[in-house]
Amino acid sequence: MAAILTNDTGKAARDEILTLRFASGARLASRQFLRNLPATSGLVVLALLCLAAIAAPLISPFDPIQIKLSAKLQPPSWAHLLGTDHFGRDVLSRLLYGARVSLSIGLMVVAFSTSFGVPIGMTAGFMRGNVDNVLMRLMDAFLTFPPLLLAVAIVGLLGPDLRNVMAAIGVVQVPVLARIVRASTLSAREETYVMAARALGASPLRIATRHILRNILSPIMVQLTIGFSAAIIAEASLSFLGLGTQPPNPSWGRDLAEARRYMADAPWLFLAPTATIMLAVLSINFVGDGLRDALDPRSWRTRARVASAKG
Amino acid sequence: MALLSVRNLTTSFATDQGLIRAVNGVSFTLEPGEVLGLVGESGSGKSVTALSIMRLVREPPAKVEAELLDFEGTDLLRAAPRALRDIRGSGIAMVFQDPMRSLNPVLSIGRQLAEPLIRHLRMEAAAARRRAIELLEMVGIPMAEKRLGSYPHQFSGGMRQRVMIAIALSCNPRLLIADEATTALDVTIQAQIVELVRTLTKNLGTAVIWISHDLGLVAGLCDRVNVMYAGRIVETGPVREVFYRPAHGYTIGLIGCTPRVDRVGTPLKPINGLPPNLMDEAPLCPFLPRCDVAVPACHQTMPVLRSLPGGHSAVCLADLTSHHRGAH
Repeated sequence: MAAILTNDTGKAARDEILTLRFASGARLASRQFLRNLPATSGLVVLALLCLAAIAAPLISPFDPIQIKLSAKLQPPSWAHLLGTDHFGRDVLSRLLYGARVSLSIGLMVVAFSTSFGVPIGMTAGFMRGNVDNVLMRLMDAFLTFPPLLLAVAIVGLLGPDLRNVMAAIGVVQVPVLARIVRASTLSAREETYVMAARALGASPLRIATRHILRNILSPIMVQLTIGFSAAIIAEASLSFLGLGTQPPNPSWGRDLAEARRYMADAPWLFLAPTATIMLAVLSINFVGDGLRDALDPRSWRTRARVASAKG
Repeated sequence: MALLSVRNLTTSFATDQGLIRAVNGVSFTLEPGEVLGLVGESGSGKSVTALSIMRLVREPPAKVEAELLDFEGTDLLRAAPRALRDIRGSGIAMVFQDPMRSLNPVLSIGRQLAEPLIRHLRMEAAAARRRAIELLEMVGIPMAEKRLGSYPHQFSGGMRQRVMIAIALSCNPRLLIADEATTALDVTIQAQIVELVRTLTKNLGTAVIWISHDLGLVAGLCDRVNVMYAGRIVETGPVREVFYRPAHGYTIGLIGCTPRVDRVGTPLKPINGLPPNLMDEAPLCPFLPRCDVAVPACHQTMPVLRSLPGGHSAVCLADLTSHHRGAH
């Protein structure tokens, strides 16, 4: 491309090349992400898990809720790849169906807490003064409740429905995220480049979105990956208390809670959901780290720098 | 018609201990294309003056007041936020002290150059791109086209300050405020940047307010100079007048503590003491406790601005003709 540019190309062609290069920031970032092996594998695993969740009815060998007491607590075999539980239900099938609940809980909770926590935290940190006080005292009020108790209260009030569970777990996470976002915003708004942007006539909204938000993505990303894992665990706790997924429906957390009674006799029962949760959490963490690095040009590796110089 | 008229500008900060007057009754005018130096030690109110003119000090806790704060006929004190934003960057632009921190680390150089062009000049993306390349070439960055996709951390301090200057001049402002723009740079780079700003603004006819505590720099660069102390302008005049015939004890002190090649061997004379607490409204000259040339009258009355020959004036009671070097 460099060679083309140095040649005498027509104005139109030149414009096209220049326009192309306008998008190069996003391209460089995605290239950087793909070069990051843990991040890429995390993304692949996550995609596979999601695919498995979507395709659960097609690929599950058994009905996940069909009780068959004659086949209870069977160790892994060719018929039941991951064994069966105390009601003789196929563990693999339950995991596949459970992925639908657990993954959507994780994703929806993250979406929920982001869409409230980030705007609230940024508004508070950016506006300061009374707005900050009112918003943060409100968040403090939420933080005074023990998180699980608050979730229990919300689900208890609204009824144990999957959407309510998501909202309840999300509400618990919003104040935590809001505080982190506020703190990061407070320090970012004092940066010289924010002052420089103001000196160039940038509006407050533009400064908030373009200059501050872009620079505080790292802590947000980290918090969101933690939030995703916490949501899966929280759903398990709620299910354990009978407020999450209702039996006999499967979810990773619920199956794990039930398996605890058979830990000594049937270790595969808790190993399977544990390993799956770990896999999901680990890959989302890798993806989060990868995104964080890819969004920060300062952490780009040398090969990318050469590439960016050559376009 | 003056480009910028400032009359009795006062910027105060409300703190728990009381009101701090960082800028206290500053008045001056600036003609189109004029280069004005603003000198004084740290805390004398140079930067706050600049930020007040651009209305960039945060209000509250600060409060900016003036009898007149006029830029090209716009009352900057009463202008709507939107109108102020339109002026910032296109009418008055600013270059800050620390080039390492005044560019956004996560946006490419090209984007940061294009932003004001799109904002103020309503350029299309492709046109902004072309202009960004021209601007980078203008400030002497080689391979400008390839540099557009680079990020600030890939540039050295001097290059970043060049980029800042390119951004500042991108929308053809009539006034450029350089706030200690070379202080954070190596001496060799300093000279390059100073020369760059000098030629560019001269060619573009941009007026410059050059804020610095480097007297040598201001002497070589500016048409006029305002010497600030404790938030006030204590002496003002054409550069040669002020440096060859200083008319304020503080200016004499500043000149005395500047190292000079032609006086190797003579010890530097520091100004003793510290700048005054800006909270106390002094009834006498604020420089009096540190002044070497005070006369008895200084202990009785507050000096007022006194006109001297050669368009020169100072807020000082002492007759300092004996301190003037080179009576040629």
